[in-house]
Formats: sequence, C-alpha cells, structure tokens
Amino acid sequence: MADDKKSGGMSQLSEQVQASQAWSSIFRPGSIFRKGYSDSPRNRSYVIMNSVLYHLHPVKVKRHAVKVSYTLCLGGLSFFLFIHLTVTGIFLMFFYRPTAAQAWNDIQTLQTAVGFGLLVRNMHRWAAHLMVLSVFLHMARVFYHGAYKPPREFNWVIGVMLLQFTLLLSFTGYLLPWDQLALWAVTVGTNMMGFTPVFGEQVRFVLLGGVEIGTDTLLRWYTLHVLMLPFVLVIFLAIHFWRVRKDGGISGPL
Amino acid sequence: MTEIPEHLRKRAEAAKAKAQAAAGGDTPAGDAPSADSPAGTAPAGDEKIPSHLLDRGTAAADMPATPAGVPAVPVGGSGPDGHNQRLLTVVKSGSIQDIRATPVDKVHVWPHLLVAEFLAALAITLFTLLFSIFVNAPLLELADFNKTPNPSKAPWYFLGLQELLTMFHPMVAGVTIPGIGLFLLIMAPYIDKNPSKRPEDRKFAICLMTIHLTFWAVLVMIGSFFRGPGFNFVFPWNAGLFFEL
Repeated sequence: MADDKKSGGMSQLSEQVQASQAWSSIFRPGSIFRKGYSDSPRNRSYVIMNSVLYHLHPVKVKRHAVKVSYTLCLGGLSFFLFIHLTVTGIFLMFFYRPTAAQAWNDIQTLQTAVGFGLLVRNMHRWAAHLMVLSVFLHMARVFYHGAYKPPREFNWVIGVMLLQFTLLLSFTGYLLPWDQLALWAVTVGTNMMGFTPVFGEQVRFVLLGGVEIGTDTLLRWYTLHVLMLPFVLVIFLAIHFWRVRKDGGISGPL
Repeated sequence: MTEIPEHLRKRAEAAKAKAQAAAGGDTPAGDAPSADSPAGTAPAGDEKIPSHLLDRGTAAADMPATPAGVPAVPVGGSGPDGHNQRLLTVVKSGSIQDIRATPVDKVHVWPHLLVAEFLAALAITLFTLLFSIFVNAPLLELADFNKTPNPSKAPWYFLGLQELLTMFHPMVAGVTIPGIGLFLLIMAPYIDKNPSKRPEDRKFAICLMTIHLTFWAVLVMIGSFFRGPGFNFVFPWNAGLFFEL
C-alpha cells in the first residue's frame, strides 16, 4: 500500500515535470525524453534525429558499416581517447604551472598529495601513447581497405594531418613533466628539427622560444599542448567526420 | 474622339503593314521549314530519347506555324483538330532522377552502431584504468642540463628517426626522409590511380605499404630495445632495457 502511494506520487511528479515548460524547452518535440521510448523503427530514428548525436551520425548506416571486424573501431577509439585525454588533461591543469622552477615539483605534489592525482596522470600518459597507436593503426586499416580511393581522397589527406597533430600533441606533452626523460627526449627531437635546410636555426629558435630549452620553451609547449594543437585538431576532426558522411559513409566491403 | 498625333498614327500604320507582310510571307502552307528551326535540329543521335517521341518532334518541327482558323495540313504525328504539338525538350530520366534498382541494406545507428561504440569506449576506459592502477607513468629526477643521460632517447614514435640518424647525415635522416615519406603518404590517393579496392588487384600498393610499415616498426623496435649506452647496439637480455615510455 505504502509502495503504491509512493510510486503514485513519483509518477505524478514526473508527469508534472514533463509537462513543464522547462522540460519541453530542453527536449525537442519527438525526443524520447518527451514521449517515452518503446522499441520501434520510428523511435530508433528519433533517438538520433532529436538529439545532438545527429551531428555525428546519420539515422541509418549501411549494415556493413557496423561490422567491428571491418573497422576494428579504430577511428572511433582514437576520437574517444582524445576526449578521454581532454578530460584527464583538464584535471592535470589544475595542479600544474609551466615554469622550470615549478613544473617538476607540481607533478611530484600531484602524485603524492592530490587525491587520484597519480591515477589521473597515469591514465593521461597511457591514453596518450594508446592514441598515437590507434591513430596509426587506423591509418593502416584505411590503407589496406583502399578506403582512400575516390571519393575519399581528401579525407585521407585530412587524416594524415590528424596523425601529425596527434604526434605533435604527444611530443609537446612529453616536455611538460620537466624531468630528465622529458628534457633529453625533447633535446634529441628538436636537434633533429634544427637540421631543416635553410631555416634550421630559425625553426629551432621558434620551437624553443630561445637558443636552448628553458622555461620559455616550457611555456610555449604548454600553450601548444593545451590550447593551440587541440583547437586545430578539433577543427580537422570536424571536417574529417563531416567528410565521412558526405562521401557516403565509411567505405564499402572489399 | 481624341485626336491621334500625326506621327504616332504613321508609325502605327507602318508597323501594321510590316506585320501583315510578315504574316503573308509565312502563310503559304507546305512551305519548307527554315533551316535553322530549333526543333528541326533536335539531337537525333541521342539514344536516350525514345524514337517515337523523336519522330513526333521532328514532324512537329516540319509543321509551319498556321494562323488560327486555317485548317492544318495533315502531316503524320499532328494532333486532332489541327493542334500542332511541338516537342520542346525531352528531359532524360537520368539527369534529374537516379533510380537505384538495388536498395542498400541499412541498419539503425541506434542501437546497432551506438551500442558497439559505447562498448568500445567502455573497454578502452577499463583498460587504461586498470593499466594505470598497476603501472605508473615515469617521472625521473628533475631536469638537469649538466647531466646527459646515456643513452638519450626521443619518444618511442620518433625512435625510428633517431635510428636513421646513426646511418645518415642529420639533415637526411631528420628532415629529408621523413619529409618525403610524409609527402608520399599525403599524396597516396592521387598517386594510386588503381580504382579497385580488392586486395588481389592491388598487390603492389599493399606490398609497398607493408614494406614501409615493417621498415618503420623494425627501426622503432631497434631504437627502443636494442640501443644501449652511446646508442650502441645491445641485446636487451644481456645489457638490460634502456627504454622509458
């Protein structure tokens, strides 16, 4: 009896909420949160059509396109890892100051004195390596399926750019802990770039923010890592996803 | 009655006379159609226009413009009651509508794709979480410009390039080779003109890519695990591992 009364009160409340203007302003007409969901082809379409997912996915895709054995989920995983890295990265930003005097101590403090600090830093680092790997494997998968052939040529070009941005994001993040590993790995990397013909010295100077790695380099790479490269990457991602749909979904079977 | 100015009346009469003369020139029935009649030059060679329509169009073009009331000269293809139907244009079916004979087999994104994506995201999150619980990210001692570690290694994905440094001049190893490689990679769809996606049709492309990928993978492996102090070649089971992720 008491249960009945309780559930009756709950359903009355939820009816009131769903009738309110606030509720109907949040969910579009036809949204499953307005009219409820029962499994039907019409409702399956509404799930996509009346939500923000419509920006990413069409209502229907070729049956072949959902085969995990074809895509291995690699593109989607790369994107998901990027989101994962953004979330963990924002957490790390709360505890990190990009100067030579503070960076290493901040990370040490993060690992020892901040709740879940060590875990989140670990996840950020391992997810970063995984993302480099998954983007690379995604490229190999696309090549072996010949999915770069017309009409998808340009999306391949965008994809190679995305691979480069991924490498640059990983490389700029490598310096930030300001430990021996970071310093000397980046020294090796930037020395290599210094051998660019004609502009070698200038390239190195711009990258390091000076003639040698220092606190200016740290600030520069931090800004690149947390702001500029993700910004550019997101723009290219948007074009990449848009082109996947415009070029007729993912490529067909061999 | 309003007076019409002399010059306007003259102009109107001249125009009327000119129109009559023109109509008189066209009236004779059976006159041959002018050579540059647009309908007469209908693209007869176009195989997409059904032949009976084409015939009708040509016939209509042969019909002269007859003033109303004058009985039409019976030419094959003209309509009843002297109506002349002129074929202006034929819209080919392919140009405005594309009828696909074979419907594409499609499935709903919800639930078929979204569930798979959600599970994949869940799996990778679980993997990174578990891995992060058991393996810590490296944090060596504070950066020190006076203490160069031996060996100094780049991040693993650049170790292939660092490996090339042992064989070539830095400009070749660090800039030229990766630059050319990247350029060829970007240009791949424009270089590979083979339209087929079937593996048996693109043996060359697949071989080339596989050799390329294997080459880099081997270089990265050597750079990661088989390079010790002084970046000399070592075996990890003898000299230990000189590798940090």
